[in-house]
Amino acid sequence: MTASFTSRRISPRASAYALLLIALIAAPWVGLYPVLGTKILCYALFACAFHLLLGYTGLASLGHAAFLGVGGYLAGYGVKAWALPPELALLAGLAAGALLGLVIGFISIRRSGIYFTMITLALAQMVYFLCVQIPQTGGEDGLQGIDRGLLFGVLDLRDDTAMYYTVLVIAVACFLFIARVVYSPFGQALQAIKDNEPRAISLGYHPPHYKLIVFILSAALTGLAGALKAISLGFVTLSDVHWMTSGHALLMTLVGGMGILSGPVVGALALVVLENKMGELGTLIAGATGIAWFTTLGESVMMVMGIVFVICVLAFRRGIMGEVVALQQRRRGTPASSSTTSASREPQP
Amino acid sequence: MTDAVLETRGLSKTFLGFTAVDGVDLSVQRGHIHALIGPNGAGKTTLFNLLTRFLEPSAGEIRFDGTAVTALPPRQVARRGMVRSFQISAVFAGLSVLDNVRVALQRKLGLSLHFWRSVRVLDQINEQALAILDQVGLAELANEAAGALPYGRKRALELATTLAMDPVLMLLDEPTQGMGYEDVDRVTSLIKKISAGRTVLMVEHNMKVVASIADTLSVLQRGRLLATGSYQEVSANEEVIRAYLGGGRRGGTAA
Ligand SMILES: Nc1ncnc2c1ncn2[C@@H]1O[C@H](COP(=O)(O)OP(=O)(O)OP(=O)(O)O)[C@@H](O)[C@H]1O
Ligand SMILES: [Mg+2]
Repeated sequence: MTASFTSRRISPRASAYALLLIALIAAPWVGLYPVLGTKILCYALFACAFHLLLGYTGLASLGHAAFLGVGGYLAGYGVKAWALPPELALLAGLAAGALLGLVIGFISIRRSGIYFTMITLALAQMVYFLCVQIPQTGGEDGLQGIDRGLLFGVLDLRDDTAMYYTVLVIAVACFLFIARVVYSPFGQALQAIKDNEPRAISLGYHPPHYKLIVFILSAALTGLAGALKAISLGFVTLSDVHWMTSGHALLMTLVGGMGILSGPVVGALALVVLENKMGELGTLIAGATGIAWFTTLGESVMMVMGIVFVICVLAFRRGIMGEVVALQQRRRGTPASSSTTSASREPQP
Repeated sequence: MTDAVLETRGLSKTFLGFTAVDGVDLSVQRGHIHALIGPNGAGKTTLFNLLTRFLEPSAGEIRFDGTAVTALPPRQVARRGMVRSFQISAVFAGLSVLDNVRVALQRKLGLSLHFWRSVRVLDQINEQALAILDQVGLAELANEAAGALPYGRKRALELATTLAMDPVLMLLDEPTQGMGYEDVDRVTSLIKKISAGRTVLMVEHNMKVVASIADTLSVLQRGRLLATGSYQEVSANEEVIRAYLGGGRRGGTAA
């Protein structure tokens, strides 16, 4: 929450957001393939939801694939089996995420650190095996050909551009909601608990309540992201519930920058684009270097992601947005005692 | 019968066979500044942890403000007005100075779970928070990041945050530890000032501080309470001289 003091008054941040929003609105008109745009937005929402938990409580969940997958499966199944309209399918995904979040959160929230991570992972794996077993998920095939349908009975989402803008509106709304949560009285208490839990208790707070609420919010938004992804891309597969998808959310957050609202958005953008363009990139490098092996880069997404992760951890720990913020502060010469002090999260020596 | 705000009976804590607090019968008078002294490892912090229920006692009872609190969770003890500080500095580094105090105040407004409301609803307690900050001389630094404050100021901010709970009894664990002379003097007079209308139980190593502000003094050694009384009484106590003061040199300056 480095932004907590600055965001209220600093305009560069606001103008950067405005610019980003304009870019997102204009994107389909300047050559962005709307389906890729939709995918980026779905993952951005996923990463933001994940980051709501990690960034503001310090709890690293490896169970978020369960919320994404179950949200997606329920939405997809609802459309296919019960002919739900898209708006209800999305709501179903949201509700599924929230409910599963309540259960998994209730069990895991009293642990911290690696124990929390392991419990979320274990519970999510149980969800994974359940998804493998039950017929409603389509097993290895997953759910395919999910019809997008008419939003509120009027807007035809089969049009890729209409779909893109629908996802954009929802993603922006969710982003604003997350910003509100972070800058709410609840967000203040959450920050206090994250900074010093015993101290917060000594002030009468009951941390598990706060952590459970934020866990459920994070899971609900993740379920919604899963449903959006299912409806806009038209399929849900087991890879959505696989734990590697949780790792993906973590990676997007770390690459984008932790503790910064826009971090996961940037991280999602970077990684989804990288993943999608890897094949082209590989061909390009192969052509330039003459090493044929690079043409196989498109198939080794995992390996490249691993390398990105290593680079991120070793070279720029603050992530992309973290570096940007640090650069800005350095350029401004870090005012020692102005009323807009930021850098507050840096531990003093 | 005297008016004790806090009383313990046979309070004990054993860690894997090691008794850190051993049958302590402590009584803290309402309105007093009560100092708790003792060598390193005597069990002072452990005793604080027991009183505020951060640790489960192995045996014994705690009565605070007329009721038994032995079975309450720590947050409930805090809400009833026994509020502690910590031996190591404990500010919320990611919040501003003002927000550190507001976080202590906002719970009572019943807004703390309201994740859908803007943080601006807390502006209604700004005045109150600033008044408290003013008491500890931090009002001008209200918008600073708490994590960036110098050490002495952090401790003052902790006092402000504790004060914001409007406690009946404040438990301060070495509030002057690690400070230079100036800060020690400042914080000492601060404690004296904010203790008006409250009770303070404080762990303190600095005998000058103890001599200047404590009404009552208790000596803890190896988990046992050796003596309780005024500074003069305690520093004249044979057992204390033998066990803690090691010959009476350090306590002998009182007069
Ligand atoms: N959680 C714990 N587990 C095991 N032993 C503990 C624990 N907490 C404290 N102790 C032991 O209990 C004894 C008392 O420790 P405590 O921290 O209460 O001392 P203290 O009087 O506060 O000392 P100091 O002046 O150094 O702060 C020490 O020997 C310590 O090692
Ligand atoms: Mg101690």
